[in-house]
Amino acid sequence: MTLSLAWGFARRELRGGLKGFGVFLACLSLGVAAIAAVGMVRSAIERGLTDQGAVILGGDAQVEFTYRFASDPEKAWMASKALAVSEIVDFRSMAVVGDSRVLAQVKAVDGAYPLVGEVQIDSGISLSEALAPKDLPGAVMEKILADQLGLVVGERFTMGVQQFRLNGLLTREPDGTSGGFALAPRVIVLKEGLANSGLLVAGTLFDSAYRLILPEGADLAALEAEAEAKFREQGLGWTDKRRAAPGAERFVERIGAFLVLVGLAGLAVGGVGVASAVRAYLEGKVSTIATLRTLGAESSLIFRVYLLQIAVLTSLALVLGLVLGAALPVALGPWIEAQLPFPADVGFYPRPVVEALFYGVTSAFLFALWPLAKAAEVRAAALYRGGLGTGWPSGWYLAIIAALAAVLIGGAVALSGMAWLALSVAGGVLGALVALALAARGLMALARRLGRSSLVRGRVALRLALAAIGGPRSETMQVVLALGLGLSVLAAVGQIDANLRAAIARDLPARAPSFFFVDIQPDQIDAFRQMMTDDPAVSKLDTAPMLRGLITLINGKDAREVAGNHWVVSGDRGLTYADAMPAGTKITAGTWWPEGYAGLPQISFAAAEAAEMGLKLGDKITMNILGRDIEGQITSFREVDFSSGGMGFILSMNAAAVQGAPHSFIATVYAQEEAEAGILRQTSKAFPNVTAIGMKAAIGRVTETLTAIAQAVTIAALVTLVTGFVVLVGAAAAGERQRRYEAAVLKVIGASRARILLSFALRAALTGAAAGLVAIATGAVSGWAVMRFVMEAEYAFEPGSAALIIFGGIFATLISGLVFMIRPLGLRPAQVLRSAE
Amino acid sequence: MTNTVLDLTDVWLTLQGNAGPVDILKGITLSVAKGETLGLVGPSGSGKSSLLMLMGGLERATRGRVSALGHDMTALNEDGLARFRRGRMGVVFQSFHLIPTMTALENVAVPLELQGAADAFERARDELHAVGLATRADHYPAQLSGGEQQRVALARAAAPRPALLLADEPTGNLDSANGAAIMDLLFALRDRHGATLVMVTHAPDLAARCDRVIRLADGRIMDEGQP
Repeated sequence: MTLSLAWGFARRELRGGLKGFGVFLACLSLGVAAIAAVGMVRSAIERGLTDQGAVILGGDAQVEFTYRFASDPEKAWMASKALAVSEIVDFRSMAVVGDSRVLAQVKAVDGAYPLVGEVQIDSGISLSEALAPKDLPGAVMEKILADQLGLVVGERFTMGVQQFRLNGLLTREPDGTSGGFALAPRVIVLKEGLANSGLLVAGTLFDSAYRLILPEGADLAALEAEAEAKFREQGLGWTDKRRAAPGAERFVERIGAFLVLVGLAGLAVGGVGVASAVRAYLEGKVSTIATLRTLGAESSLIFRVYLLQIAVLTSLALVLGLVLGAALPVALGPWIEAQLPFPADVGFYPRPVVEALFYGVTSAFLFALWPLAKAAEVRAAALYRGGLGTGWPSGWYLAIIAALAAVLIGGAVALSGMAWLALSVAGGVLGALVALALAARGLMALARRLGRSSLVRGRVALRLALAAIGGPRSETMQVVLALGLGLSVLAAVGQIDANLRAAIARDLPARAPSFFFVDIQPDQIDAFRQMMTDDPAVSKLDTAPMLRGLITLINGKDAREVAGNHWVVSGDRGLTYADAMPAGTKITAGTWWPEGYAGLPQISFAAAEAAEMGLKLGDKITMNILGRDIEGQITSFREVDFSSGGMGFILSMNAAAVQGAPHSFIATVYAQEEAEAGILRQTSKAFPNVTAIGMKAAIGRVTETLTAIAQAVTIAALVTLVTGFVVLVGAAAAGERQRRYEAAVLKVIGASRARILLSFALRAALTGAAAGLVAIATGAVSGWAVMRFVMEAEYAFEPGSAALIIFGGIFATLISGLVFMIRPLGLRPAQVLRSAE
Repeated sequence: MTNTVLDLTDVWLTLQGNAGPVDILKGITLSVAKGETLGLVGPSGSGKSSLLMLMGGLERATRGRVSALGHDMTALNEDGLARFRRGRMGVVFQSFHLIPTMTALENVAVPLELQGAADAFERARDELHAVGLATRADHYPAQLSGGEQQRVALARAAAPRPALLLADEPTGNLDSANGAAIMDLLFALRDRHGATLVMVTHAPDLAARCDRVIRLADGRIMDEGQP
């Protein structure tokens, strides 16, 4: 009965149309659209990765080995299970043309490659045609590599000591996504072509992969279990089309979740608009509510009447937002697919819609509930005095608000799958809202005080502006909250982006070596050391033997059971050996083995990672190195710094334990920048098989990826700002009537239009500057927290991006305000004052 | 059953102003008998409207006891007061206070709907007919003249057949012709339903039509007696 009565009253009120609800609809639908759109793109990529699993992987399943090829039993097992097998080798090498030496990611394939999908070459020829040996083995490469080498199709280049002829430019590599982040552009050659190159010798760092085509309906899980049971201890790695590119999937999942969280911050900004719009609407309804109270309506009925109206408007906003959020990615489908480095299947996906719906509904009611509660508490006497009031609503309304906030945050934690980040974003938004509310109150109090002080006497425009900021019916709170929160998100993104760039582009090279040299053979290491020592431009040289191995057991138990998903046990790791303790080693616990020690293998483990994995001195670790198990005991922990870009090994063993295993050396060379080209020329001439990885090029690749991520985040943050701007425009529009009246009264007492405009502009600029200042403070705190706790890097305040934020704040309030300032100025006072009576 | 409809004992009303608390009513004691018509007069700011609001439970006394129709209103909360008014009291304001989003008919039906009357709209239509506005039933307040709006307000106040009618300067916003017509209607409604009427007014001719008149000044009763 009460609900149907409430609905009857609500319906009558809604007949009047949606006037005054533009901001409500815009804020909510924009926030929901942004979240839905991000989710749609994420789902499109996830579907693309799943559907294209076999193509991305290059087969139904892949068996991988590090540093070695499959053994005969392993090959036999694969042949018994698969309809077809293709063998691929992946490694880095230097491609050389004359004096140009460029790092390349080499893929050496057999005749069966690709089992699935198609390699595309710009001239349209087939891969087998392009790679077929004629006078020289054939090759195809990415255009960027050919450009760097100054090479055109038909010309020759060298890798190791083997010459190749470039027969085409690679435009599409079907299995390009599964390999993860590549430091260098791709070259494809036939494996036979490498036979005399000197590149694939014992100790070379390479991965071999065997792509399998399996019979229809093969049980992938069972095959994986069988392969792991038989060969995991020999270092076999298994991937199949169910999750063809786990790295890419994880990346998309994380960046998608992060963007949704940024979108949630946008929804919080929209929430300020929702709260303001609902409050403004209900302020206009005080007389109606009080009349209903006079006629005998209880507060619960009033609450329901307006809750139902908000529900109708929320539904409308959600429909608008969801249609926009779902339609936009579909409309821009081809463009989005072209921009992404992953396969994407753009279409309609229900999950992101449901997710956006959840966020939209909870945030709409969360922010609307406060003014609704105040409306329900309006007394009949409000017909004579008072309005919605400014105090807190009663206890149980506060309890519902708290419960809704908990549901929203809990939902974000569950849906994003990134609990810590979701909680941090929620904490950040709440903290920023509190800081902004305090700042707004502070600004209002300061404005009131300053407005009455002798300092502004005679400065009419300023005094009027201060009075408007600090006075009753001031828009300051609303503007500072909405704009400030939008700017805070942008400031945080700006601070983090600028700091990351600074860390990578400025700080890292100062500490990082010029080159990493890999694949230096044991018989080359002395000559290499000599060459570097003789070069006066080289300031420092570090070399170390390097093997790769998989930690399979810890104290006799499966390492993954003991250490969980820790990255150290998730795949092959580089390890080294040493007899005497290398200079600069800092032992944190235990003791280094004595020189010449040849007893049971001993291990020195990286202290921080050991602590994370719960290792202690005396623990036994079993490593699988090239298919052979070696068990050693941890006898010391030592400090390892992975952040300097220098050499760092998780695990070091005594020399006698692994010296006999095939291995190569790696070296880091620190040299003056101008000497780098000469060093590269010299080393690749003397040691053609040795690969040099230039730090500058590597940093360039990392920076490119970072730029793309930063752009995506900035776009998401801009949605937040646009929502903030909508709230601003809403506030300015709502205040137009008051400004019209003020302008009329001021004109009556002799103020010129210029002076009135100046006063209005000052008011906007001061409020915008306050919002900008708080945004910088919250942005800096967020930036510091992310750099310090997530990136574990130094934070430095970036004034450039901060200045932009303050300027943006002032500009946004001025622009939104000016639109609604001009009209009041043009009206004749009599016209305004008569209509006000 | 007592014959007293309203009973106020040492009633004070103090409101918080910007400059501190302000005593609006100072120790008012009075009672109104069933079927009586009481006029409240006095200069602006004397507390007439506030006293009427206290009688209707629209405002709560800071001190003292207000009892209406045998119920102690000071013991009721806002919702209790709202429920109490339903069907028992009708209030008419100087500014009409019609709900702008509802038609004349819907405005009149609201108190009946709140009572849960199944025939709310039929009865509302009868009330509109009684105030001569049957043809304007589907018009919104903004489409009606001031006099018409006040007639709708009268119909709304009378629709639940209340025992107590409270009117706060019901002709204050109307010209003399419309004002006279409204007063005739108000007294006719009172007669038709046998209600008690308490009315705030500045107009001597209206006060003259009351059974008793109380004059207020500065929140106190200055005198009372026959008009």
